[in-house]
Amino acid sequence: MNLLIRGGRVVDPANNMDQVADIYITNGKIASVGAQIDVSRHDCEVIDAQGKWVFPGFIDMHVHLREPGYEAKETIATGTRAAARGGFTSVACMPNTNPVIDNRALVEFVKAKALAEGVVHVFPIGAITKGSRGEELAEIGDMYQAGAIAISDDGQPVANAQLMRLAMQYAMMFDIPIISHCEDKQLVADGVMNEGYCSTLFGLRGITRAAEEIMVARDILLAEVTGAKLHIAHVSTRGSVELVRMAKKKGLRVTAEATPHHFTLTEEAVGNYDTSTKVNPPLRSAEDVQAVKEGLKDGTIDIIATDHAPHTVEEKDVEYNYAPFGMIGLETAWGLIYEELVEKGILDLKEAVAKLTVRPAAIFGLQGKGSLTVGYDGDITIIDPALEETVNPDNFASKARNSAFIGRRLKALPVYTIVQGKIVMNNRTL
Amino acid sequence: MSLNRKDLLGLKDLTADEITLILDTAEPMKEIIQRQIKKVPTMRGKAVVNLFYEPSTRTRTSFELAGKYMSADTINISTSTSSVVKGESLKDTAKTIEVMGTDVVILRHPVAGAPHILARHVSASVINAGDGAHEHPTQALLDMYTIREKKGTLAGLRVAIVGDILHSRVARSNIFGLTKMGSEVRVVGPATLMAPEIEKMGAKPYYNLEEGLQDADVVMVLRLQLERQQKGLFPTIREYARIFGVTKDRLKVASPDVIVMHPGPMNRGVEIAPDVADSVEAVINEQVTNGVAVRMALLYLLAGGGNPHEPAN
Repeated sequence: MNLLIRGGRVVDPANNMDQVADIYITNGKIASVGAQIDVSRHDCEVIDAQGKWVFPGFIDMHVHLREPGYEAKETIATGTRAAARGGFTSVACMPNTNPVIDNRALVEFVKAKALAEGVVHVFPIGAITKGSRGEELAEIGDMYQAGAIAISDDGQPVANAQLMRLAMQYAMMFDIPIISHCEDKQLVADGVMNEGYCSTLFGLRGITRAAEEIMVARDILLAEVTGAKLHIAHVSTRGSVELVRMAKKKGLRVTAEATPHHFTLTEEAVGNYDTSTKVNPPLRSAEDVQAVKEGLKDGTIDIIATDHAPHTVEEKDVEYNYAPFGMIGLETAWGLIYEELVEKGILDLKEAVAKLTVRPAAIFGLQGKGSLTVGYDGDITIIDPALEETVNPDNFASKARNSAFIGRRLKALPVYTIVQGKIVMNNRTL
Repeated sequence: MSLNRKDLLGLKDLTADEITLILDTAEPMKEIIQRQIKKVPTMRGKAVVNLFYEPSTRTRTSFELAGKYMSADTINISTSTSSVVKGESLKDTAKTIEVMGTDVVILRHPVAGAPHILARHVSASVINAGDGAHEHPTQALLDMYTIREKKGTLAGLRVAIVGDILHSRVARSNIFGLTKMGSEVRVVGPATLMAPEIEKMGAKPYYNLEEGLQDADVVMVLRLQLERQQKGLFPTIREYARIFGVTKDRLKVASPDVIVMHPGPMNRGVEIAPDVADSVEAVINEQVTNGVAVRMALLYLLAGGGNPHEPAN
């Protein structure tokens, strides 16, 4: 089936494009982009995109699909549907499943499952160490050859600096990024929220910013020693932003991401003891939120990723200390990006789209992704700038409900998600 | 005037007028406790559940007697005997309590915010009897009642709270309450046991005991959880006692009519010297009596009479 998207405002940062145009997709690939494409003689489905925004399909490089092992939280089927509902056409999934994705067989399992049951592209991330235990290197090369696009022990920081250095050196042979979850577990101790006035006020154990920043600093120094590609996950503090900024000034191959919840919410959100606000790294102070926004603006923070972390209602509907860390994010990401960054003048539309498309594709070497260049995959996200909706958990495609944004009104929402020319979401319906 | 709220979760959200109302209501309640026959019908037909996820003989007994003196039916549930050990969640426990027709749930819990969660799930009044390192409002109310009884006022007093401020719900509730009532609050303790940015709560931190005690009208000594030493928060119990233990000698810099308080149970010879604990300045036993009176006042105000949230039959 061929597809024509007619008359939308097409924003493609990779090609520095922002104009009203048509897009024609054939055989799952972008065939042409331009004014008044004539396809009258072809068998072609047409989407009237007048008044809508047409972007390259969004890419989320930090998602937890929880399969295998934690299918009660999420599966590849439900997680990719949540992605589609959020306008994402590609996601990369973290390996902290059960068993941990630390070998070829599991990388192949995720790929096969995604092909059979997923509705968007799934890029597996392999573990750095066996079982993410931080003791011995996993079979990084074999996983890379099986299709792993990066390595990470997300959720479990590699505490041993020598092992992290070796992992970086080893990963360089395949030129894949090593994604670092920066956290000194001993400094975190039993902390559950950011340390400061709010933790004192709410009587909850605090986590010092230094627990993140020490590891960011360490890994940047190791990246300098090795020359490896280092990607810092979920940057949340002013100090971390400054460290990444310094690393970039030095010309190191260091990139970083921020999540919508870290640039939208402050630690004050914890005050109602809603366990959806219990995330790792924790929600920080207004000053940190401001620094993350500045980092996004000046390019220190390259991309936006959701860290979509689904948990069951039963796991989260408990006392604050007992709940697992994490918040879902796929289905609310764009609305928050639009409201917090575009409307508030931090990023213009093209810059915001770049952080979800061309930038992640470039950092993680995703071929044929992140742009509307002819010959690239026909992955497209269409936004209706006039559409407003209240976040309602009954509408989530994710199995999980752990969102701190339930009840919030979001605007400019995705109405179509198109994956290789196939309409996966149509008018908010999967 | 009545307490126009369903629950008492902390002193953070209470106004000075509400605090005064509770303390004023506790006065006739204290008179009841001193009677030969301590039984009034105020809460007859009301069911009060003491739900304790942490052991606390003192607070539990105080609430239980408060209810019984006012003719409420009070029962105790503690974690060692409840379905909690079978893995039941707080939410499910709340539902069970709800359908049994409970009027007031008194919750003691090791996690901050647990009473707030419970209050959202039950229509009964919830009283926070201590949640993690967050609040212990009834303790602070009985402390304030005792201070007011001894000093005639709370306004303008210098109150020094000494000890493990970081983990203390008693300190937090007292800071909220006392600052609202016009007292000057100081917090004194080792840096590793000081809550971050506590000065924003209106309490001035001191790391030197003598400086903190200077001209103090009230010294509130907190119980030191001895296991904190195992976690490396201070070197030894001995050193703590030498640097932060409240002794007769150290109290000399305080106001001549200083009163000494302690929420109990005390580690004599650690945070408080035995001769201080037994001195005329110490009002520790009065605190216990006043605790029952304050809790009676709260039960009365929330569920006993005239509460607008209480359906009229």
